[in-house]
Amino acid sequence: MKAYNIIVLAKQVPDTRNVGKDAMKADGTVNRAVLPAIFNPEDLNALEQALRIKDQFPGTTVKILTMGPVRAAEIIREAMFRGGDGGVLLTDRAFAGSDTLATSYALGQALKKMGEIDLIIAGRQAIDGDTAQVGPQVAEKLKMLQVTYVEEVKELKNDTITLKRRLDRGVETVKCKLPLVITVNGTAPECRVRNAKLLMKYKRAKTVTELQKENEDYTMLYTNRPDLNIPEWTVNDIETDASQLGLTGSPTKVKTIENVVLQAKDSKVISDSDENIENMMIELIKSHTIG
Amino acid sequence: MNNVFVYCEIEDGQVAEVSQELLTKGRTLANELNCNLEAIVVGHKLDKIAQQVIPYGVDTLYLADDKRLYPYQTLPHTAVVVRLFEEEQPQIALMGATSIGRDLGPRVSSALHSGLTADCTSLEIGSHSDKKAGKDYENLLYQIRPAFGGNIIATIINPDCRPQMATVREGVMKKNILDPKYKGKVVNLDVSKYVSDTEFVVEIIERHVEKSKLNIKGSPIIVAGGYGVGSKENFKLLHQLAEVLGGEVGASRAAIDAGYVEHDRQIGQTGLTVRPKLYIACGISGQIQHRAGMEQSAQIIAINTDPEAPINSIADYVITGDIADIIPKMIKYYKQNTK
Repeated sequence: MKAYNIIVLAKQVPDTRNVGKDAMKADGTVNRAVLPAIFNPEDLNALEQALRIKDQFPGTTVKILTMGPVRAAEIIREAMFRGGDGGVLLTDRAFAGSDTLATSYALGQALKKMGEIDLIIAGRQAIDGDTAQVGPQVAEKLKMLQVTYVEEVKELKNDTITLKRRLDRGVETVKCKLPLVITVNGTAPECRVRNAKLLMKYKRAKTVTELQKENEDYTMLYTNRPDLNIPEWTVNDIETDASQLGLTGSPTKVKTIENVVLQAKDSKVISDSDENIENMMIELIKSHTIG
Repeated sequence: MNNVFVYCEIEDGQVAEVSQELLTKGRTLANELNCNLEAIVVGHKLDKIAQQVIPYGVDTLYLADDKRLYPYQTLPHTAVVVRLFEEEQPQIALMGATSIGRDLGPRVSSALHSGLTADCTSLEIGSHSDKKAGKDYENLLYQIRPAFGGNIIATIINPDCRPQMATVREGVMKKNILDPKYKGKVVNLDVSKYVSDTEFVVEIIERHVEKSKLNIKGSPIIVAGGYGVGSKENFKLLHQLAEVLGGEVGASRAAIDAGYVEHDRQIGQTGLTVRPKLYIACGISGQIQHRAGMEQSAQIIAINTDPEAPINSIADYVITGDIADIIPKMIKYYKQNTK
């Protein structure tokens, strides 16, 4: 039976789903400090699809590739707790300010260094931007085929895969050959939870920077257990053309960011008393808004 | 050369709503830029498409007609669009933010190294001066969309790369036929020059397209719930009110992420844009992304436990209180007064 090399593209994102009142600073900028950083939800759906293939085809490896600050190593560890085989953190100031295209370029160059890949699986989109662009842009950079909005891997046999896609108004089942880039929809099965044994096994998995920060001497441990080293790649570890990186390599620029000034309407503020609600309903009926 | 391009999608031989809306917007942009509006349709049996597309003020319509080009497939459609754009060098390219546009757009932008902005809520023409580089730009496309965190609106530009690409959701722009007798030219592309056989590598085994059972967009009354509704159970109240008033139930992104209702009821920037006669927002705080999809409603009722909820400022009626208490009263007094 064939084993597969799978890379999951994942992103650590601020949890924009539970934005409280303190999420914005007085000057209108985002207060990132108060938003928890999480594993992008649809990337977890993507990880689950990869792990299912690993369950079915022993010997399959599932590695994470993520780009972000040093802290983003957290999601590589998180994936290891759930059954992943480590991965690579791509981190460098040179990537700062990247739009989706510059991000895709950097990820594409890193992927080229990750050896032979059968499948690249990513979440459809990240909740901090909702663009759904990075998956297809990476595929184009690598000149690979893509299948987006995948909900289920129906069959994988040698190098032929059958996938069910969830579209705006329906479903589609497609069959094609590997290698392939897949983006996974949020309607796909949720990711399995952490496994207690794997948690114990990998809780000390760290990047070099994390080890230096903690200033603890576990040298022996990391020499004996190479699987605990999370590789950290900077711009020097991959082949890049500087003009395609970061802000410089981003065709889109943010011209302005405006605070939304709400044009306050002349609202009727009413209490929940029976009388008030009845009057409101009568007004709406009279104006033919309802009824 | 250097015109405004719209990629039009076809559904059952009809030009998709979102494409018609983009053609309308594209015409406005082309007028401001004093250039032509062009459209591309890739598919099969396209002989009746020109009469649907050209009345929007399309000067040149490019057709790529081949049996294998319908239904949509990533690589062949990308190949046609990329090659045509290389030849025609559009300054602006618009696509629907649909399962097709969001599959094709990034692919094309990546191949051409041009910028793409997803889910724009407004498109305008404007200038820009880059003080650092000492460069001034005229007639750029402002791609305007709510951004991260909710309370900000970002204007995105692509100063140096062409085409300037944007996707827009259905319902965000308004469609309007310019002139039923508009004179436009049709160019039939020689498909074999644009796509090679090796690009047809995906086999579509089964395709099942269903018309959406819900008609939220067309409903005059929408009862929408947010995270503040609290549970799937509590959403039943909203369904009851919608049923009594003859409306539909919608939801904010937060309510959908929490699993209270199905995904296709989402209203907002990344969901539906609606303009009903009455919008009843229950337990919705009113982030800009949500407001982008409903603020053009004729009347808005906001029901919230938080008297400071941002949605209140755009509401006609603001009721502070618990929906479990208020909705039954609304049902009761509606029934009492319409007998």
